[in-house]
Amino acid sequence: MMIKKRVKFTFPQKLITEPLIYQLGKKYEIVTNIRRADVREDMGWVVLELEGEEDEIASGLEWVAEYGVRVDPVSGDVVEG
Amino acid sequence: MEPLNVCELCFGPLEVMYDYDSIARTVTRKSIESGPMTMWRYHDFLPVDAEASIDMGTGFTPLIRAKNLGGVLGLDNLYIKNDSVNPSFSFKDRPVSVTTTKALEFEFEVLACVSTGNLMGSVAAHGAKAGMKTIVFFPADLEKGKVVGAAIYGPTLVAVDGTYDEVNRLCSELADNNRWAFVNINMRPYYAEGSKTLGYEVAEQLGWRAPDNCVVPGASGELHTKIWKGLQEFRDVGLIDSAKTKVHLAQAEGCSPIVEAFELGTTQVRPARPNTIAKSLAIGNPASGPFSLQTLVATGGTAVAAPEDEIVEGIRLLAETEGIFTETAGGVVISGLRKLVKQGKIKSDEVTVAYITGNGLKTQEAVEHLVDPVHTTSDYESVRAALGL
Repeated sequence: MMIKKRVKFTFPQKLITEPLIYQLGKKYEIVTNIRRADVREDMGWVVLELEGEEDEIASGLEWVAEYGVRVDPVSGDVVEG
Repeated sequence: MEPLNVCELCFGPLEVMYDYDSIARTVTRKSIESGPMTMWRYHDFLPVDAEASIDMGTGFTPLIRAKNLGGVLGLDNLYIKNDSVNPSFSFKDRPVSVTTTKALEFEFEVLACVSTGNLMGSVAAHGAKAGMKTIVFFPADLEKGKVVGAAIYGPTLVAVDGTYDEVNRLCSELADNNRWAFVNINMRPYYAEGSKTLGYEVAEQLGWRAPDNCVVPGASGELHTKIWKGLQEFRDVGLIDSAKTKVHLAQAEGCSPIVEAFELGTTQVRPARPNTIAKSLAIGNPASGPFSLQTLVATGGTAVAAPEDEIVEGIRLLAETEGIFTETAGGVVISGLRKLVKQGKIKSDEVTVAYITGNGLKTQEAVEHLVDPVHTTSDYESVRAALGL
């Protein structure tokens, strides 16, 4: 089933210069659509929408997370509880 | 109006906007003073229909002149905003009262939350009052007092093996796929507004003026930013003359990502893995961290981390000087306050307000090692001997 998923990637310093979003789109059948980002020398985050088959997106996110990127859902930020 | 919580363009969080010109024309100090002795006296600044409010008597909690604690810390004008005496014993009743009212407006049937403890009690209580089905999710290692304090209202309790941030992820997915009013996820814009009333009340209780300093506990950073928003709004509509308050933030050392970013001088908050006894502040990836940092810069405030071994000391100090029993978050605030004074960030003659946001009865485990009663038999001489009389 084709789905769209909103996620936030947070990159540690060592991965800042890696083209991981490009690789994610090449390696998996996923369309990546960046909506917001803030990338600095020591850290960066990117909010993006992913479109593709549900299984493909799940596999892609697993690959990104294994690489060392923190993956969070974007459902509106969750505030303190 | 729709229950939106993110911008469809950038996926960023949405904020409620008001017509402040209109508010300034109709709201006066007198009109507020003639309102109920609850947070709903500020209904003109809240995004709901106040007549339909789910009001359990939240707010207008005591602002206490803390002469004894001030004496110990070297502060002549110290006040404690004791918000631990709300109906479910924490400040969470403020945002949840607004959110529950809004959830009914939007005709949600299920009220839900992900919680570090205080929120679940408040959501469960308000859900009961509103007659809504209620589901609360929480990390399984939560303090027993907080779980019991929610369970009594009859919600569905879901204990999840994992940290708060991991429970967050789970609940974000649930919020996407179910028509539930998750108070701190898809209802976030309305929820957050309730915390502003902690800014309003302090200004009114000080005689319609803003304090010089506020010391606020930091988890997601939302409360910190909203207290400042409240003071700004009062200034902007002319209810107070100025708002030159330094709004300081106190986090527990074992989970202090906002403090770390503040000290590094960056606007990026690096997620942390929480390891603190202050579980109600144990949010490693604070959603409002960047806004909290902006508040610190805008107000000249300072972010401080309370050492873990000083949190209980903070709880004890407040209890022994002012007779107020706070939870671990309050211990962080008192420890942080002491640190701010030592660093010279707060001057002795400045009007300073420390926000105590949760009740100590919820986190008794943190202080039970302090209990050491004198044991004696029931005869008079034994008591005399035991007490050294």
